[in-house]
Amino acid sequence: MATLENSANEALSTEGDGVRRRDFINIAAVSFAGVGGVVALVPLVNQMNPSADVLAQASTEVDLSGIQPGQAVKTVFRSQPLFVRHLTPEEISKADAVDVSTLRDPQTLEQRTVDGRKEWLITMGVCTHLGCVPLGAGEGENRGEFGGYFCPCHGSSYDTAARIRKGPAPLNLEVPPYKYTSDTAILVG
Amino acid sequence: MSFPWANEYTPKAPLMKWLDDRLPLPRLVYGAVGGGYPVPRNLNFFWNFGVLSGLALVIQIVTGVIMAMHYGANELVAFSTVEQTMRDVNAGWLMRYAHANGASFFFIVVYLHIFRGLYFGSYKAPREMVWLLGLVIFLLMMATAFMGYVLPWGQMSYWGAKVITGLFGAIPVVGEPIQTWLLGGFAPGNAALNRFFSLHYLLPFVIAGVVILHIWALHIPGSSNPTGVEVKGPQDTVPFHPYYTAKDGFGAGIFFIAFAFMVYFAPNYLGHPDNYIEANPLSTPAHIVPEWYFWPFYAILRAFTVDFFFVPAKLLGVLAMFSSILLLFFLPWLDTSPVRSGRYRPLFRKFFYILIADVLVLGYCGGAPAEEPYVMISQIAAAYYFAHFLIILPLIAAFEKPLPLPGSITEAVLAKHGLTEEKTVAIEGEAAPVPAE
Repeated sequence: MATLENSANEALSTEGDGVRRRDFINIAAVSFAGVGGVVALVPLVNQMNPSADVLAQASTEVDLSGIQPGQAVKTVFRSQPLFVRHLTPEEISKADAVDVSTLRDPQTLEQRTVDGRKEWLITMGVCTHLGCVPLGAGEGENRGEFGGYFCPCHGSSYDTAARIRKGPAPLNLEVPPYKYTSDTAILVG
Repeated sequence: MSFPWANEYTPKAPLMKWLDDRLPLPRLVYGAVGGGYPVPRNLNFFWNFGVLSGLALVIQIVTGVIMAMHYGANELVAFSTVEQTMRDVNAGWLMRYAHANGASFFFIVVYLHIFRGLYFGSYKAPREMVWLLGLVIFLLMMATAFMGYVLPWGQMSYWGAKVITGLFGAIPVVGEPIQTWLLGGFAPGNAALNRFFSLHYLLPFVIAGVVILHIWALHIPGSSNPTGVEVKGPQDTVPFHPYYTAKDGFGAGIFFIAFAFMVYFAPNYLGHPDNYIEANPLSTPAHIVPEWYFWPFYAILRAFTVDFFFVPAKLLGVLAMFSSILLLFFLPWLDTSPVRSGRYRPLFRKFFYILIADVLVLGYCGGAPAEEPYVMISQIAAAYYFAHFLIILPLIAAFEKPLPLPGSITEAVLAKHGLTEEKTVAIEGEAAPVPAE
């Protein structure tokens, strides 16, 4: 009873300045619960991000020795396809002949390969439009009108430097981080 | 609920009286879909599709819960457990074919339901909330159908998941983290399969909840009708039961005949053979297409092939596809004509039929490969789709001279049979028919 009377008195006495002790407690309690509620959402949302086993990304080693000029192989990096292509001199000159400033995603073949190893084009096999695997890495597959890769899903065409030339894809095929571990082997990732 | 002359629920059995005082659930049902809900007397067969949509939802939930008893949501076994359901589980093939075709039938009846609303102006005041909740149901249906299609873990499942989650990757800056978050990885895998299964099980019940809101909102003004003239008195309505339960029962019979034909004689007609190949992340099917009910939207997505200023084509396509549905949320305020029904709107009617043709063309292009002439046709059809809602509808509302409306629903019904109101009093005797119970 005493506390009730106290608070009633207090409410009366502070009526002049408009903020009662009870208003303060009310706002503080609701704010605290609100912040707590938001904080509790963080793990609920974050659990959907890639788990540790998915993030433990294995790097992929590729042996280049068996790949002849004009050939390409398809392998896997981070559970997605990786294209390793040995360009022919004609394909290189075709890629170099393009005026870079006319491209949607301007890059030269040099910028997309390692210095002095322009003939090795290593890209993800993931179309930058909606993630299909473009054709052109396998034997006899359609390489599209620019001789590189052709995505069958929505018709994006990539040239011999795997740069986007036509169709809805916004960017060139991604070049993943990799380094040469010997003259004929690379380590991707 | 809606009109003062609605029949009142009067339980006779002692048990029902006892129940009514404690939990008036039978009273609620009676008022919602029984003799206590007065409905315009002139509804035609296009008004069957609401109830048929509810029926399709029940079919999906029942067959779906059964399928879940035999399914393993893991990328190693998902494909084979679905095949086991088909081959080894008793009547498993029936459950799966009913579930797969049930999804198609759900969309067929919902599309007819939506176009019914578009033609008869059911979205107009005072039924805007019914329309908006219906669109929410439609969006939930699309999310549910998409996730369900991923579960068999075939080639189309996998690549569909990749393409559709790739849509979110088109959003600048936050797109890729969102896509990774949705998938729980860099490509569809076990994490994605599991969460899609969880949500595919959850969402139908969310849909059922929104359906209850949809019906609740409908019962405030009461059902619309083919004349678009509001109910003016008891002579304009009949009780939902037995009049429309009988009519809907007939519609359900037709529905089940068509459904049974597909399930028993052409169960894979609407599916893709590629989905009987297990998911392979290294090989894209030559021609990725979603299920037929997504084709019009897929065509809009693919219609954008060139960048516009600094906005990449990919983002434009995604924005256009989402806006094609979000646009419909504004429809009640875009069509400002006070006349509801297309019957009395000669100009609107013509453009309505053009819109149907346009959506069918979009649908055809969405199912076709991404090459000319389909790309060009999709572009024109997509442009027309937006023009219809944003330009043509407001203009029609401003310039059209509607035909004279009937004075009331009863007048319209009687005029159809060459009668006037005075004559019928003698014929019908009583204005509001009493339901047989």
